Amino acid sequence: MSVKPKLSMYWASACGGCEISLVNINEKILDVAANFDFYFCPCLLDTKKKDIEVLKDDEIAITFFNGAIRTEENEEMAHLMRKKSKLLIAFGSCSYEGCIPGLSNLHTKAAHFDSIYLNNPSVDNPLGIVPKPETTVPEGVLTIPAFYERVKTLSQVVSVDYSIPGCPPEPKQIWNVIEALIEGKALPPKGSILGAGNSTVCIECERKKEDKKISRFYRTYEIIPDTETCLLEQGLICMGIATSDGCGALCPKVNMPCTGCYGPPAGVLDQGAKMVAALGSIIDIGEKKGLSEDELVRRADHIIDSIPDYSGTFYKYSLAGSILGGSRKA
Amino acid sequence: MKRISIDPITRLEGHGKIEIFLNDDGDVVNTYFQVPELRGFEQFCVGRLAEEMPVITNRICGVCPEAHHIASVKALDKLFGVTPPDAAKKIRELLYMAFFVTDHTTHFYALGGPDFIVGPDAPPSERNILGVINKVGLDAAKKVINCRARNHHVLEMVGGRGIHLPAGVPGGWSKSINEKERAEIAAIARENIDFALFSLKAFDDIVLKNPAYLDIITSDIYVHNTYYMGLVDDKNRVNFYDGMVRVVDPEGKEFVKYHPSDYVSHIAERVEEWSYLKYPYLKAVGWKGFVDGIDSGIYAASPLSRLNVSDSMPTAKAQEHFERMYETLGSKKVNGRYQPIHHRLVTHWARLIELLYASERMLELATDPEITSPNVRVIPERIVGKGIGCVEAPRGTLTHHYESDDRGVLTMVNMIVGTTNNYAPMTLSIKRAAEKLITKGKIIEQGLLNKIEMAFRLYDPCLSCATHSLPGQMPLIVNIRNADGEVIRTFSR
Ligand code: SF4
Ligand code: SF4
Ligand code: SF4
Repeated sequence: MSVKPKLSMYWASACGGCEISLVNINEKILDVAANFDFYFCPCLLDTKKKDIEVLKDDEIAITFFNGAIRTEENEEMAHLMRKKSKLLIAFGSCSYEGCIPGLSNLHTKAAHFDSIYLNNPSVDNPLGIVPKPETTVPEGVLTIPAFYERVKTLSQVVSVDYSIPGCPPEPKQIWNVIEALIEGKALPPKGSILGAGNSTVCIECERKKEDKKISRFYRTYEIIPDTETCLLEQGLICMGIATSDGCGALCPKVNMPCTGCYGPPAGVLDQGAKMVAALGSIIDIGEKKGLSEDELVRRADHIIDSIPDYSGTFYKYSLAGSILGGSRKA
Repeated sequence: MKRISIDPITRLEGHGKIEIFLNDDGDVVNTYFQVPELRGFEQFCVGRLAEEMPVITNRICGVCPEAHHIASVKALDKLFGVTPPDAAKKIRELLYMAFFVTDHTTHFYALGGPDFIVGPDAPPSERNILGVINKVGLDAAKKVINCRARNHHVLEMVGGRGIHLPAGVPGGWSKSINEKERAEIAAIARENIDFALFSLKAFDDIVLKNPAYLDIITSDIYVHNTYYMGLVDDKNRVNFYDGMVRVVDPEGKEFVKYHPSDYVSHIAERVEEWSYLKYPYLKAVGWKGFVDGIDSGIYAASPLSRLNVSDSMPTAKAQEHFERMYETLGSKKVNGRYQPIHHRLVTHWARLIELLYASERMLELATDPEITSPNVRVIPERIVGKGIGCVEAPRGTLTHHYESDDRGVLTMVNMIVGTTNNYAPMTLSIKRAAEKLITKGKIIEQGLLNKIEMAFRLYDPCLSCATHSLPGQMPLIVNIRNADGEVIRTFSR
């Protein structure tokens, strides 16, 4: 009988990148196996849901839960894993804040079905068929789970002990968390973020930062930025100033602005709001003297208007978990 | 017969679901392969900035984000009416080859391979990566881990991240390669070639030298005479990054060769009420249901398909192995090209020949003097408003189609992804396996699950791509129902 604590990893609505990132800790995966009974992980192991159901409550020491809550199934599984796990950790941006698929909350379910099954250039569907939870075929009845109106984060359906940000979390951060768990280090208060820093991506970014004043924004295809100066100062919307550190500033390293996958920095509730506030203070609207308030607002708006997609830009990963939550209600 | 009702919760395990219906005599009348997941990228990408798509569509699949990233930047080149400098094209292709090496390696050794390397009749508990290690030895296992690690290192160095890379931009690539990086990549490519040759040798020793395996490969359970699809270059050779889409008929004749931007003239997708995944087929032949043959519009797009549509391989060592594969299986040359192989399990062999090609091509690119050119971007000057990009993803032809307004804000997104192409062939394969293994109510229990799994695993189905949902080793539920539609047996793994 194994006396090692049980570890599990479950994917709800996910892309698989979180699992691949865990595997990318390479040989350290052996340390994981040495210290935990890796009990349940549909991606890698054959353990079944029924093997979870027979466990006592809290019998799994730690569950890494990745993926968002997209279907009723995802939600039921979240409740089950919560019940059976002592620590339930939202792993990766999808479960922590909804991630990119959370942008789906800007649209209705009907709109999704329309563009996927009814109106697109390759679909051939003269009868207007769309998938249904229950279909009667000549031989019997077939079922598939219903598609929810909106994407929810894990903490919107069950209580979550900790969250690990990142899309996906970087392998070295995953290892930091696992190592702390193995060593039995004292964990921060419940609800804290693990596997990230206390500052912003800027702190890890080696680019030269000076006085940020921007008189216009550029979209990434419009300019070739120089390789040494802060991208934001060059007019690119770099979310680094409103994103938690932890990744090592990977995107700016290859001359691309941070798009925010590590979520809001410590102490910030809403990443998009934080970004807009930060931009507000660095937009250069020129000489203000003698201008009416209307004229000032007009100039600031003009600069911000060069960004035609606020939600996709400022809430690319965090819409479902944000104060906005998207246009759809549960 | 006692009714076994399915607790809806059991569906939680399964992201692929198979329903098999028997008639009063206990023979199979029909099978359904359902995909119960959907995420909806085609809809929520509408309203986004076009240039963000390489980063957004990465999140369709964490197993093959590179395929989406590259198809996406190619679509953007068109949408922004810009031609990337040669160096940028080469960098993209170089990165793509490193990706193919990791992906085909993962599939051969960890996902599809175990069925095959460990043996289809071995108990399921051994048919996994550990069983593979037992069979090929620990040294080999270390080679596999190292292969994945060194190529992920290339992905991060060239693309910015190991998973969900950011470096693709319309008109090029955000970062050039310096001489030090180039030398390191070239060394890695050389190791990849050795690794590919080692893997082909292992396939020879374990599979080809074993008559029992050869019987399985040529068994009639795993044969389907469908059309095949794949990208080819101007000499009708395999190309993963670019080219024309060539389709050959089941007899090996070229059926059509079209530019990827014409995909809607040739491909249509059928919707079924009972699945979230659509069934693509050849428009000109039409949908004839789940049957194979020249009159059915069903086509496959897999490693074997890519070889079947091609006249040859573009690199020397891969060409040797290409010829050997067709010769070994008795394929004759007609009009200068080999007749297609319809034995689906040969896909595993084809995948290794592709692994060798990707490694050789990676070395060619890493030793190309232009690869270190600092000129890797052209700034677009206009917005055309429509772009279609296509690559060969490891699991099949991948097409991204975007339309935008004059600000470059997306108004329409359509994608036909790798695995989706193979939805109908997988359904056929599952049906065939069921028909062969269930007769007169007699069900070969263990064999059924193993053989059905083998039937679809050879396609390396990545349902995360297909549904833009979940990846990896697919948990599976098979329900067998009697003539009244009652579930008489459920298998799952
Ligand atoms: S957080 Fe990112 S890597 Fe993880 S499942 Fe979601 S999309 Fe994939
Ligand atoms: S804003 Fe971006 S580029 Fe500038 S310092 Fe921060 S992370 Fe680096
Ligand atoms: S730079 Fe930003 S987007 Fe890129 S990996 Fe880091 S947190 Fe994520």
